Amino acid sequence: MDLNFSPEDVAFRDEVRTFINDHYPAYLNEKIHEGEEMAKEDFLSWHKVLHAKGWIVPAWPVAYGGTGWTPVQRYIWSEETARADCVRLMPFGLSMVGPVIYTFGTPEQKSRFLPRILSGEDWWCQGYSEPGSGSDLASLRTRAERFTGDDGKEYYRVNGQKTWTTMAQHADWGFFLVRTDTTVKAQEGISFLLIDMKSPGITVRPIITLGGEHEVNEVWLEDVIVPVDQRIFEENKGWTCAKFLLAHERTGIAGVAASKRGVERIKDVARATADGETALMANPFFKRKISELEVDLAALEYTELRTLAGESSGKGPGPESSLLKIKGTEIQQRLTELALEAAGVYGAPYFRSFGEGDNAFAVGPESARRTAPVYFNMRKTSIYGGSNEIQRNIIAKMVLGL
Amino acid sequence: MDFNYTEVQTMLRDTLSRYLADTYNFDTRQKAVATGKGWNPAVWQAFAEELGILGAPFSEDHGGLGGGAVENMIVMEEMGRAIVLEPYLSTVVIGGGALKAVGGAVADAHIPGIIAGTTRIALAAYEPQSRWALHDLTTTLKGGVLNGQKAVVEGAAHATHLLVTARSSGGQRDAGGVTLLLIPADLPGITRRDYLTVHGSSASEVYFENVAIGADHVLGAADAGLAIVDQVVDEATAAACAEACGVLRVMHATTLDYAKQRKQFGKAIGDFQVIQHRLVDMFMEVEQSVSITLMATLKLDTAERAAAVSMAKAKVSKGARFVGQNAVQIHGGIGITQELAVGHFFKRATLLENQFGSADHHLARYEALTM
Repeated sequence: MDLNFSPEDVAFRDEVRTFINDHYPAYLNEKIHEGEEMAKEDFLSWHKVLHAKGWIVPAWPVAYGGTGWTPVQRYIWSEETARADCVRLMPFGLSMVGPVIYTFGTPEQKSRFLPRILSGEDWWCQGYSEPGSGSDLASLRTRAERFTGDDGKEYYRVNGQKTWTTMAQHADWGFFLVRTDTTVKAQEGISFLLIDMKSPGITVRPIITLGGEHEVNEVWLEDVIVPVDQRIFEENKGWTCAKFLLAHERTGIAGVAASKRGVERIKDVARATADGETALMANPFFKRKISELEVDLAALEYTELRTLAGESSGKGPGPESSLLKIKGTEIQQRLTELALEAAGVYGAPYFRSFGEGDNAFAVGPESARRTAPVYFNMRKTSIYGGSNEIQRNIIAKMVLGL
Repeated sequence: MDFNYTEVQTMLRDTLSRYLADTYNFDTRQKAVATGKGWNPAVWQAFAEELGILGAPFSEDHGGLGGGAVENMIVMEEMGRAIVLEPYLSTVVIGGGALKAVGGAVADAHIPGIIAGTTRIALAAYEPQSRWALHDLTTTLKGGVLNGQKAVVEGAAHATHLLVTARSSGGQRDAGGVTLLLIPADLPGITRRDYLTVHGSSASEVYFENVAIGADHVLGAADAGLAIVDQVVDEATAAACAEACGVLRVMHATTLDYAKQRKQFGKAIGDFQVIQHRLVDMFMEVEQSVSITLMATLKLDTAERAAAVSMAKAKVSKGARFVGQNAVQIHGGIGITQELAVGHFFKRATLLENQFGSADHHLARYEALTM
């Protein structure tokens, strides 16, 4: 047991750091900072740089495009990208449907979809939640009825409504959980379908969230025709894929490296912000909240490292990853609370982007501008990916045997 | 970066775990408590002779197993699982740690005795006014004469030696001017008032009245003892965190077991979601305590030692309170009796919560060190 990086790991860290420094599209952060809307090409610019380098999916098996990095190298990678404030890559293809396809897909499905996920050619979205099924995912009602087409091939006709579909406004493809058997137990009648978002019968409508942003959507499916060869795994076995995906999704969800960076930023702000005759950082109550946050973050970091060590010894991400989700999101939310608190009166003004030729301008310190929308936005983290209450149910059942 | 135990470390844990499971069950422990001595000398001899664990963190040159902080962590977690009374922490981690830090002839002289079980050391550092400030000393060493009082010295009654901090120059709270002594526990002028702690171990108020101190009793350089004590108490704090992890694991497992069996309103109380989520929150506190204890243990030999230890103790202290109180709560009435083991684990957890500093003490120390 030791914490030291080997000389190889140090060399790797330097290589990564130099690469990010030389190739990361820094204009992205300026755009975010100025409150400008991110276009699809903006999201994809960092993706394409990494794809060209061969570093787009470090966690995938090498045969499908993974880098073969050790868990330590992957840890270094996440530390370094957070350190440089790199934007997050869209996870829907890279860490959600991609692993499902290479794990459960046919050879044809793999060669059809995986290369386009890696290149960023296809933008994916996730069709899981429905208006009537949030945390109780298995109660979903979107129906897929199988029929034989005039061409003699097998198809599904899909009808229903999905919601909270993140970035569906940009999506080329979606992965959907649909009900293919209504006569059996809820979990046993679900199938996992890949649907072309340009199919006739699909309507995407925006949902505007508390921070004013358009991230999520409603997706309506009316008589959408889907070839059977776009189903992953067996009919009515989609729940297996769904559970696999959720466990995968939860491991990255701890966001340790990004939260560490977030703590540093808040400390910088608190040092630069006056609070009476001293800096806010010298306020014992504010300081205590930061130190408690740092302690909890260290505990989370070493819990994740222990989990990674378990993964490298052959144990996949298990239900323990629910712990990482709960604690990781709690910390992410506490960071946004502290940032808003540090902003003081300047947390209140509604911040919008000011284009060229706009005579209006932003008020207050730069660090305060986005604190309120980010605070509101991040309430989602304890709700999505299986709410934190659902995660407790998972641990109770799968780990504690209750 | 590597989070796996070596084969030798795994063997150490398994051997000790098996031994304690076989010979140190709750009833045996309570019989030792009932003697009023606060320990069982036969168990200590077995640790030395049958198991050889008293040599875990010492070099092979001294007859030890060649381990270090990780071995101490492994041993202490097992001690916690059985709420062991015997003084591994004060003798091996603290006394042995000080001797390792100083090295040289004094280490050669005393470490083999520790490994053999014949030398037992108690830390006489805290004073009635000092709370957890190791530099706040009214015990004085002037012209080779020691005077003063030490508070709640764990294991003093069965120690062969005392590890004593004394003010040899400067003011009461100066960092400089602290001298560290290792003295025989029966020097003329040393008296004790012995008592049991609330969980059944033995502790004492120790009084020094014109005790004659020789130059060979000084560990390290005169006036420069605080750095050694700081380091050793950090090592001990990490070890106490590991002990707490063992205590918490057992409390959680015991409570989980109870919740699956105890029936109310026609079903097991573990079927109620409010109990399930409480048990999950306890589980998460235990896991995070284990994680942050590992962090502190692995950073003991680095420049981040003090900050890492204070982070760990702050987290583990809160975890100990949360898991302990909820273990009792979920057991209900039976949890507040002397009858079940869980209450005794709760008592141990509560003492560990404040040993070497409360959560607040360590958060403040962490802030002073880093912010």
